[in-house]
Amino acid sequence: MSMSLRRIGAVVRKELRDDRRNRTILVAVAIFPLIFLVQPLVVIFLEPSSSAGTLRESHLLLYMLAIPALTPSVLAAYSVAGERQQGSLEPMLSTPIRQEEFLLGKALAALVPSVAIAYVVFAFFIGCVLLFAQPAVAHGLLRGQDIVAQLLLTPLLAGFSIWIGIAISTRSSDARVAQQLSLVASLPLVLLTSLIAFDVIHATTGLLFGLGVALLVVDVQGWRVVSPMFNRERLITGSKG
Amino acid sequence: MSENASAPALSVDHLSKRFGDRTAVDDVSFEVGRGEVFGFLGPNGAGKTTTVRVLGTLIAPSSGSAAILGIPLTPENGTRIRGRIAIMPEAPGLYLRLSVRENLECFADLYETPDPRERIAKALTAVNLAERADDACGALSKGLRQRVALARALLSDPEVLFLDEPTAGLDPVAAREVHELIAELREGGVTIFLTTHRLEEAERLCDRVAILNTTLRTIGRPDELRERLFARTLAVKTVEPLPEPARLFAAVPGVDGWHEDGATGYVLAVSDPAVAAPAVTRALVESGANVLSIGESRHSLEDVYLELVDEDVEAARR
Repeated sequence: MSMSLRRIGAVVRKELRDDRRNRTILVAVAIFPLIFLVQPLVVIFLEPSSSAGTLRESHLLLYMLAIPALTPSVLAAYSVAGERQQGSLEPMLSTPIRQEEFLLGKALAALVPSVAIAYVVFAFFIGCVLLFAQPAVAHGLLRGQDIVAQLLLTPLLAGFSIWIGIAISTRSSDARVAQQLSLVASLPLVLLTSLIAFDVIHATTGLLFGLGVALLVVDVQGWRVVSPMFNRERLITGSKG
Repeated sequence: MSENASAPALSVDHLSKRFGDRTAVDDVSFEVGRGEVFGFLGPNGAGKTTTVRVLGTLIAPSSGSAAILGIPLTPENGTRIRGRIAIMPEAPGLYLRLSVRENLECFADLYETPDPRERIAKALTAVNLAERADDACGALSKGLRQRVALARALLSDPEVLFLDEPTAGLDPVAAREVHELIAELREGGVTIFLTTHRLEEAERLCDRVAILNTTLRTIGRPDELRERLFARTLAVKTVEPLPEPARLFAAVPGVDGWHEDGATGYVLAVSDPAVAAPAVTRALVESGANVLSIGESRHSLEDVYLELVDEDVEAARR
């Protein structure tokens, strides 16, 4: 089966344009990066040099992995339920688009801005550390392992969160309900990244590598789980026929 | 069934669709020729939209089969069929935060339309919306949104166009523009499957109509349906009541029966109005009656529709 890049691109462009003008989405997408940026910033500005040793024990950079764990679920949850709610799903599905192209387009439209936002926030934080933190604090915070983990785990966490969001979105007729449920369903990921960040779960290279591999497997399998949940007939008529 | 150029635009064979215990469409069969404007009429809940969705490959039939442009209606053929047809649903379903042009760009890409800019410009011109291309769809009136949806359906140059209540909510001028557009499309060889509640619209635009009420109640040209359902009649109106109408009409050749229609009106069942009308006129004049009018009664498509739908209502009561 061949997929059309043009059709996938059409869905991605439409989603990005639509999301950019949707105030509810913009607020939701902006709020999580702000929430998860505040605490690390407080550390930079308030922690004295003497606390550098304590900072070495934690992985504050990884705390910001909550951003890619939560932000995309909001976008993904809106993807199908939002179309249903505004009555645009039927015209969209009346075109030659395949189910796989539709879902992939929706997933990419949630992945690209979420990962971009996460990286921008991350870069902003590192910039603040380098510019404003006490040298000892900066040395305690910025570790190669954490930076690499942050870069690699961000898209993988976002992928997982997106499949959760789309799965819930295909089963919900109300976009807001879908968004709330998706956030709740993504919370275990936030818990996991927070436990690692605060060293409750010790972040060894092996653990982070294992987490990355596990997320990669889940992301690939997520496609197989979500695709059958997308039932044109139920989505259009509300009945399985 | 295999795809070929001489195959009918639509061929539907004993098609049924059930949702759980509810039967939406039951054992429906018909064909629509290429380039035909086919009206699909029926009361609310009759299964019209369900039929369109089945033929548009959006939902699967429960039983029976169909072919669109000779392509069998199977899940594997969905993309191929949808590439050659277009559906304009009753609700426009536009992206309201996007401009008219952005909506059309999205759909031009979904149909993989060559020269999308040119196609979009042509579709906008066809529906008289070129000047509103950069307006957000959310800022348009219901009628204008309907026109955008129509432009969207024209983008892919479809061979079969399904229009579900295309003039619903439009003012008379806008509705007339849609009618003119449908006439133009017919001249261009596009097959149009028109679902409508406006019977005068169906009568004016459609080559043939089908009346559906879960089952297919009748199908044919509007003239055929009138003749099939109603006896041909002459309506006679006089100034005063006739003293002996029974004796008068019984003596006129070609008059098979009659009944009164008000105090001074008479409806005569005739086999051929062209033969009966002069004879009836002569008989009335010879009897000294003052005739106000005499003419053939015309039954509208609405009469046909109401006759059939009322039959169903009566049957349901029994």
